[in-house]
Amino acid sequence: MLAVQRMRQNPLDKLFVRIQTHFTAKATGWQIRRGTEMAKKLIKPILDTRRGVLQKMAVGAGALAGASAMPGLMRYAQAQSSEPIKIGFQCHKTGIGAAYGRWYERTSDAAVARINDMGGINGRPVELVIEDDGTDPKRGAEVLEKFAKQSNCDVAFGTLFSHVVIGSAPTAGELKLPYFVVSEGHHVASGMLNRYTLQPGITDVRSQVIAMAPFVADNLGKKVTMIFPDFAFGHDHRDYFSAAIKEQGGEVIEMIAIPPTETSFTKYFPKIPRETEVIYHVMVGPAVLTFVKEMGEFFGSNKPEIFGFIDSLEAVDINSPGLEFLEGTYFWEGNPRYAQADQTSFDKNYREAVGVNDQGSSVTDSSDISTYAHMFGCWETLNVIKKGMESCDYKGPDDRPALIEAVEAMTDMPASDDHPQGTKEFNGKTHQAFGHQYISQVKDKKLNVVHTTPIEAGYYPDEVDYTKQPF
Amino acid sequence: MRPETKSLALHLGLLALLVIAQFVISPFHHGNLSRIMVLAVFAMGYNVLFGYVGLLSLGHALFFSAGMYGMGLAMQHLGVSALAAIAVGILSAFVLSAVVGAVALRTTGVAFMIVTLMLAQAGYLAILYFGTYTRGDEGFVIQPEFRTIAGLDLTDPTVRYFAAFLVLAVCLLLTLRLVHSSFGRVLVAIRENEERARMLGYDVFRHKLIAVVISGTLSGTAGAVYGLLFGYVGATFATVQYSILPLLWVLLGGAGTVIGPFIGTLFMFYLIDFSSGLTSAYMVVAGVVLVLLTLFAPQGLAGEVKRRLLPWLP
Repeated sequence: MLAVQRMRQNPLDKLFVRIQTHFTAKATGWQIRRGTEMAKKLIKPILDTRRGVLQKMAVGAGALAGASAMPGLMRYAQAQSSEPIKIGFQCHKTGIGAAYGRWYERTSDAAVARINDMGGINGRPVELVIEDDGTDPKRGAEVLEKFAKQSNCDVAFGTLFSHVVIGSAPTAGELKLPYFVVSEGHHVASGMLNRYTLQPGITDVRSQVIAMAPFVADNLGKKVTMIFPDFAFGHDHRDYFSAAIKEQGGEVIEMIAIPPTETSFTKYFPKIPRETEVIYHVMVGPAVLTFVKEMGEFFGSNKPEIFGFIDSLEAVDINSPGLEFLEGTYFWEGNPRYAQADQTSFDKNYREAVGVNDQGSSVTDSSDISTYAHMFGCWETLNVIKKGMESCDYKGPDDRPALIEAVEAMTDMPASDDHPQGTKEFNGKTHQAFGHQYISQVKDKKLNVVHTTPIEAGYYPDEVDYTKQPF
Repeated sequence: MRPETKSLALHLGLLALLVIAQFVISPFHHGNLSRIMVLAVFAMGYNVLFGYVGLLSLGHALFFSAGMYGMGLAMQHLGVSALAAIAVGILSAFVLSAVVGAVALRTTGVAFMIVTLMLAQAGYLAILYFGTYTRGDEGFVIQPEFRTIAGLDLTDPTVRYFAAFLVLAVCLLLTLRLVHSSFGRVLVAIRENEERARMLGYDVFRHKLIAVVISGTLSGTAGAVYGLLFGYVGATFATVQYSILPLLWVLLGGAGTVIGPFIGTLFMFYLIDFSSGLTSAYMVVAGVVLVLLTLFAPQGLAGEVKRRLLPWLP
């Protein structure tokens, strides 16, 4: 007020204000943001100094005094409200998760473009800050620090591989940086992580596996042989499915763990008992094509029912040579790769926005197969972040706890353009979403959905209550 | 001034700089430096064997992860305190390096590289095999409430920085002492001419074995401390990639110099961090820089300084 009065008294200031007003009115949002960023860059080295509290105070006092006297700095202060909301995207651009990372990035870009087209979040544009974590937990934690301390991101999101999530989550907790993962691992709901880590956009492996068991027992057979990779993801399948099939009156008669370094599988197939009615396989990694080919050579035309998780064949064309043996077999899909006859308008819009055709590949390159069963999680998670920020009127990092509480308060997530995979229920205590699972059969070299599980089929007792943890 | 005094002053100067850095650098670089200091201890351990004895190991991830898992499993399953867990981690690396040394030192040259590589791979697979306890490839979290020593909260950035600094300082000064000792000189003699050292009456195998144990124990110390300070224990740290990294850090910084591993680790960390901000093909940038350094500074950064300016650099 004093500054305004002073400016009114000074003719030179009057002229300056008029020039300022003229240019400010013409400035686009981009220009304002650009100016803000430049101003931040100029003062950042000082503000960033540790233990520079006195310096910060001096700078702050100076800035306040300056702002009252200099209209240029007032413009900066006004532009704060239109600064973008920064979402740090921990992306598997390189390393074993690169195929997923490519499509996670495309999906996230499309989701952010849609959110910005709709007016952003709380009237502010959204900016995705992408960093490659190399699918490595050490680098993953470093990337989170970069998001929080250098890029000034409001939240972090997007991680798929479980070891990266688990390696990064402690850092997210220490930084008090909301960390929205799209991993399908059970690590969040198991209680291993912390209050700042959430998984609202995709179901977890435990939920997926127990939801499959009734279909397998009722339609394929009750005597199951499991073939799984001998690491944590495979062990989750082993433990949860064997318990779930037992509840359905079935049993796992043989468990065949395959070491992760294995390149040929012929020596394992003779271990499959003769009375096996169903083979349950979840082979992840580049050796999956060899696995399927060798299994086909072993069984020939006289094969048992076969049920697998599409994780093995994400980003792989189901028409690839050697995969003919999969004809007639069943797969879990998080989201159906092929557009179905009863396709929802939500799925149609989502495909179009991301650039995926009805066969599940890129609209610009049909040989570029998407990771369709998982990548919807990025889209839905970004919409959850938007909804959470809007419901807590998120303004900046100080509101991070409020954002967590807002997401924890969510329950119903109805199928919509925000949730194209289908309706979900969010459990605020365990920070985990629950939803429908799809079972598809390979028919004429396409995946056709034959069963959709109810959401309740994936429920299990809570293992943690994160809401009781302090911020 | 005697060379030993000069080198002590230089290394104490580095440590003083790191103390000052705590107060002046931004939070981002502060966090990075905490990581770099612990990883530099890993590189220093590697350097004892590679830089001073001339033995190129491709299996040091085994020692790093032995320290990390020794610490982590003791806390997770035995419920021991953080300090005791660190001791268990260091002891694990000590025992394992003695066993590995006794086996691998029966070979030389390329065979030594292959044996260490295979033993490290066996260690990695063992972690996966005992997944019930280790949680396999996913690893496990050391919960914040257990990450305290003498009431000091290791999740606090300042405490963590000084904890990392303390470990670096102790290991740096120990390595310096080792290099200046008669034992260290014998190691250099073995590196330069093993047969001559043997002819002079030195027990080469014994010296090499002790070097492997020192090297492995330092690497294991880094692993245990890294796991505790950053709250995660995982099989990724036992993969071959983590055997190659200390080799690169040492080559970049200067093999056979005490300060080189720290410089190499610092340089590589920021090279990756900086180039990843420029392009998604950041490993290409890192690769080109590495090739250029190898061409124009084959003895590493500190090695070049030693050659051109400071011949007394240990």
